[in-house]
Parts: sequence; structure tokens; C-alpha cells
Amino acid sequence: MSRHQISLTVNGEKVTREVEARTLLVHFIREHLELTGTHIGCDTTSCGACTVMLDGRPIKSCTVFAVQADQGNLETIEALAAGGKLHPLQEGFWEKHGLQCGYCTPGMIMSAKSLLARKPRPTEAEIREGISGNICRCTGYNKIVEAIQYAADKLQEAR
Amino acid sequence: MIPAQFDYHAPKSLDEAIALLTQHGGSAKVLAGGQSLIPAMRFRLATPEVLVDINGIRQLEYVREQGGYLAIGALARETALEESELIARRYPLLFDTAKVVADPLVRQRATVGGNLAHADPANDHPATMLAYAAQVVARGPKGERTIGIDDFFTGLFENALAPGEILTEIRVPIPRATSGGAYIKLERKVGDYATTGVAVQLEASGEVCTAIRIGLTNVSPTPMRALEAEQRLIGQPLTEANLEAAGQLAATACDPSSDLRGSADYKRDVTRVVLKRAVILAHARAKGAKS
Repeated sequence: MSRHQISLTVNGEKVTREVEARTLLVHFIREHLELTGTHIGCDTTSCGACTVMLDGRPIKSCTVFAVQADQGNLETIEALAAGGKLHPLQEGFWEKHGLQCGYCTPGMIMSAKSLLARKPRPTEAEIREGISGNICRCTGYNKIVEAIQYAADKLQEAR
Repeated sequence: MIPAQFDYHAPKSLDEAIALLTQHGGSAKVLAGGQSLIPAMRFRLATPEVLVDINGIRQLEYVREQGGYLAIGALARETALEESELIARRYPLLFDTAKVVADPLVRQRATVGGNLAHADPANDHPATMLAYAAQVVARGPKGERTIGIDDFFTGLFENALAPGEILTEIRVPIPRATSGGAYIKLERKVGDYATTGVAVQLEASGEVCTAIRIGLTNVSPTPMRALEAEQRLIGQPLTEANLEAAGQLAATACDPSSDLRGSADYKRDVTRVVLKRAVILAHARAKGAKS
């Protein structure tokens, strides 16, 4: 088995750690970096609770090895409320009741953030397609769609 | 769940990757998008001793037309196809397919090359590439060779790549103006494998089908073409009666297994129905392309 020293940017800060080759990125994030906002839901690449941004792409961090993030740029849910002020997406989930148990929320928000970066004015169908890799067992999705629409409007106003 | 231990290599060139695969033989696996391999490793269904990660070989990440075909590099992600204006315009069958592979997050990393090399009959691109009569380019210690897609899938999770060889490119012939294609996947929900799927690429002269290839998803142990259905339609007008006959031939020829997605009988019957729908859609697109 090989061990590797990896250096990457995590939420704007340079991080260097040693990892086993088999360490999954999500375990690296939660256990090595102690950023527990990123959740593990299904462990089968199905649920999207572990969604993070790696080099600008939203990915399931349970399905990438940490060693593959070497020299990369990683963004997790913790980056969003930097300075204590909620991101418009977080505000939207609050205002529109976009969560009940909250387990899927970090992944939903990271997927939604990527969607809004690509499509600042998404239709309802585009929002539903954009979060179709994320599973929510509480809300029936309607409130999540409203929350993302709220954030899209808010981000548009800010421009 | 944590995969078994392994040694990890991230070569920067194809030659280096081939040398690593040659050196480690059957104990090594290529890691591309990893969206099938890593789940299999977490379940310990796969326990390679060595992983050769090709993600650092950036020259393999391309999708472009050249020399009469569409060249898809081994590291082209599904997302790149979905977002390509060229694919949307000229390769509707491929565009249909890229949009329904797994889910949008998986497609950010998943590669078309991996989808083929994994040789899983439940994957979507095998049927599509069979319908396109694509070619696969392989490079190994003895140099480069081209493998016709009809010879590529040799069994369940088995392909024609020799030890030390890497799939480097997929070549899709540029469709003629009189052609049309479509992929229809019946799935229970986003992210699931197909209950059945049908890929069609055809050429038509008015209502008459002059050429057709049909690939089927997840209704056989090895990715398969619906050869009898193809033969039934070539030279024939695409009438309801002919489509029904072709659908029935495919339903008989396929070999699905009963599982949580439905009984074998159900899968045969929906294969019949989906085949008809896919041919109708491909034909409509062929007619649209002429006007």
C-alpha cells in the first residue's frame, strides 16, 4: 500500500497532509480536516450528501480518492457562510423551509451552487434536473426547488 | 466503507501508464473517472493491488471531429458531451445517451471511455456505440491498434483489451445528412441502471429505412445488437406493422434476467415497446435533418 503527501487548497487555505492511497476524499474532509459539514449518506454513490466542489466541478466526494485531489482546489459547505453571513442559498433554505432533517442539505446546496454558476436564471425543470443527483427523503423536493429559486433571484438582485 | 489497500500511481504520460500496467500485469487497474471502479472497490468487489490513475494525462481529454469521425479521448467526461453544441447538433444519439448516464454529479467525473471499458451491459454507451458502429483505439506495449465495437465486448465485464493496453480513444463515424439517431432509456428513477434501453442509428430515404443498427442496454449478459430487428427493417418502410415485427424480434433475441427492476418477460416486452419508440424518434430526426 502506498502513502502520499498531498497539498491542496481547501476553502481558500493551503493544506498539506499525508494520506493512504485508499483514503476517500470524503473521509479526508471529515476525519483529517474535521470539516464535518460534508455528510456521508449512502456510501454507494447514490445520494449526493457528500457533494463538494473540486476544481470547480461538483462531485461526490465518496467516489474520489483524496490522493486525486493533490494540487487541487477544494470547496466544501463550510466556505459558504464565510464571515458568519449566510450565503443566499443558505438563506433560501431557511426562508423557504428547504429542509427538515437537514442531512442532505450540504450536498443539495453545493449542487445548487454549481447549477447557479452555470445557469443564473434556471427554470424549475433545470433546477430539478440540477439536483437530481441528490436525494432528499423528507421534503418531497418542492421546498428545495423554491429555496434555490429564492437564491437565484437574490443573486440576480445583487448584480 | 473503505477499499482494500493498494498502491497508487499517477503517470503523466501514456507511455508511463502502459509501462506501469505492463509491469504489474493483472494486479493493476486503470483509474479514469472511477465512478464504477471506486464503488466496486468500496464493496470489495474489486481489489486491485495497483491503481494507475490516468487523470493526469490531460492530452486524453478531448472531443473533436477529425478525419471523418468524432474522436472522444479516454478522459472526456460525460458532462463535456452534454455541454457540447457539436454533439447536440450532429450526434443526437450520443447526446441522448450522455444526458441519462447515472446522475449529473456522477457525469462530472465519469468518462465515456470508462463506460465502455467496464463492459457492463447495464451501462448506456455500449448500446450507443454498437448502434454507431464505433471503433475503439487501444495502445499497449506493442503499439496502437483499432478494435471494431462489434468485437470489443467479449463477456460480462470483459473486453478485448490485451494486458497492458489502455483504451485511448473512441471513434464515431460522422453521420450522413440522411441519418438520425436516438437513445431511449427506461429507468425507475434518475441514477438507476436501465430497465431496458434502446440505441438506434439509421438512414432513411423518405419512409424507407436504408440502413440501421440497434443496440440494447441491460437485457443480456454482454452488450448486444438487435440483429434480427435490424434485418427486418432494412429496405422496408417504417410502418407500424414493420416496427412491431422488429420489436418482437428484439424481445425474443434479448436475454434479460428477472430482478428488482422487473421480470424477464416484462423486460422483453418493454424492450419491444422502447425499440419502436426509438426507431420512430430516430426516423423523425433523419427527416428533420434533410429539411
